[in-house]
Amino acid sequence: MTIELRGKSAIVGTGHAGFGEAHGLTAYDVMAQSALAALGDAGLKLSDVDGLFCTMMEDSMPALMAAEYLGIQPRFIDGTMSGGSSFVNYLTSATMALDAGLCDVALIVYGSNQRTASGRLVTASRPPAYEAPYNPRYPISAYAMAAARHMHEYGTTREQLADVAVAARAWAQRNPEAFERGPLTREDVLGARMVGDPLTVRDCCLVTDGGGAIVMVRADRARDFPKAPVYVLGSAAESSHRQISQMKDFTVTAARDSGARAFAAAGVTPADIQAVELYDAFTINTILFLEDLGFCAKGEGGAFVEGGRIAPGGVLPVNTNGGGLSCVHPGMYGIFTVIEAARQIRGDAPGIQLKDVDLALAHGNGGVLSSQVTAILGSQNTL
Amino acid sequence: MQDAIGPDQFFQRALAEGEILLPKCDDCGAYHFFPRVLCPHCHGSAISWMKARGKGRVHTTTVVRRKPERGGDYNVCVVELDEGVRMMSRVEGIAPGEVAIDMPVTAFVGEAEGAPAVLFKPSER
Ligand SMILES: [Zn+2]
Repeated sequence: MTIELRGKSAIVGTGHAGFGEAHGLTAYDVMAQSALAALGDAGLKLSDVDGLFCTMMEDSMPALMAAEYLGIQPRFIDGTMSGGSSFVNYLTSATMALDAGLCDVALIVYGSNQRTASGRLVTASRPPAYEAPYNPRYPISAYAMAAARHMHEYGTTREQLADVAVAARAWAQRNPEAFERGPLTREDVLGARMVGDPLTVRDCCLVTDGGGAIVMVRADRARDFPKAPVYVLGSAAESSHRQISQMKDFTVTAARDSGARAFAAAGVTPADIQAVELYDAFTINTILFLEDLGFCAKGEGGAFVEGGRIAPGGVLPVNTNGGGLSCVHPGMYGIFTVIEAARQIRGDAPGIQLKDVDLALAHGNGGVLSSQVTAILGSQNTL
Repeated sequence: MQDAIGPDQFFQRALAEGEILLPKCDDCGAYHFFPRVLCPHCHGSAISWMKARGKGRVHTTTVVRRKPERGGDYNVCVVELDEGVRMMSRVEGIAPGEVAIDMPVTAFVGEAEGAPAVLFKPSER
């Protein structure tokens, strides 16, 4: 997204279908509940939606399946599947489509029942041919190898990784919507079952059911809705690989590029950001993205997160809902980074509401650190 | 389109005969992996097959933890060959947790999931 599109679109509704277990519901049921929640938040009806932005884990034509289920006939659809980053990516395509008049009400939506359906990652994606014979556990082996390389090059420790999970839990404990709210210490994380060295099960995101949705309109009518509008000031993507064996530098993600361009479009810097919502599928993600987005230097992410520095009361509020590690992770978490960022700006965050948030960052990750998408959201004051 | 042996088939057939071949670009001289019909570096499409020297280092590694009754823990790693390409594989002959980043390794053709596959063992020093 270029600077010409800064503030041209706004989020006027957010919603979700609850986090946890959706017994008896299909992924599309959860998707539809999420859509209704977000449209209700915006004071709109499904029949108002003429742009649909959706992907699901189960199918290769999910946007069509979703439109059919919802009983709508959208004139613009985007079902680009870049993994969990897709829903942050849709902020760009929705803004473009709205600005071009290709649609007037954009609905970004996702739902999953992966916890009750199988208890593990559901995917329509085929294992890469040159990796599958070695049986990497997808996706954790990929992230484990990134973590191992980061530890090797920069001296990052398992304790620092653990502190990411502990901070996420501390935010979640204050969020009644979060799925995991029990106490969690560094020792708990380190002593948990090892899944893929150096990551224990507590270094890994949750497996929950859940879904989320966002309603967007053009900025010129964004103030006609019940909730305060949240503007998309900048959003940008960068894709670097699909298979982890093809990642050029295991310690540097394409977030460096997506972040730089999102900040440039928004005309702000990391120092301006008041709430940071990162896709924390694994504890190493938070460290990598804080570095690559410019909140700290490369290699300093471990020290940056250590000892509660990104927990409530720390130096930087990161994943204020509890993140994918403790709040919700239904296969793809990306949409929840946007929902939490928007709610922090609107002032109706379900957990700890930070004071006077005008600028928040949502960052989506897809595949195995493959697709990175960064969005900067702002209040009316930032236009 | 004419019939041809695709890059993947070419690689797999050689592997089945115990040989590890790597695609190398005639235009820029760089190796790449996985095999494909073009060079991902310069996008040239003249590709030759070279016998791999078989020497490399572990670029990064993990242990996939698995219950003993299901076969126990095993190694998954990414090896960087001296030719400059990386591939996923595993190091055999030592405990999965003993595989270390930068460890020198030597390739051999073994078996993975019932098919010929490039595997590695620690290099003799
Ligand atoms: Zn070339």
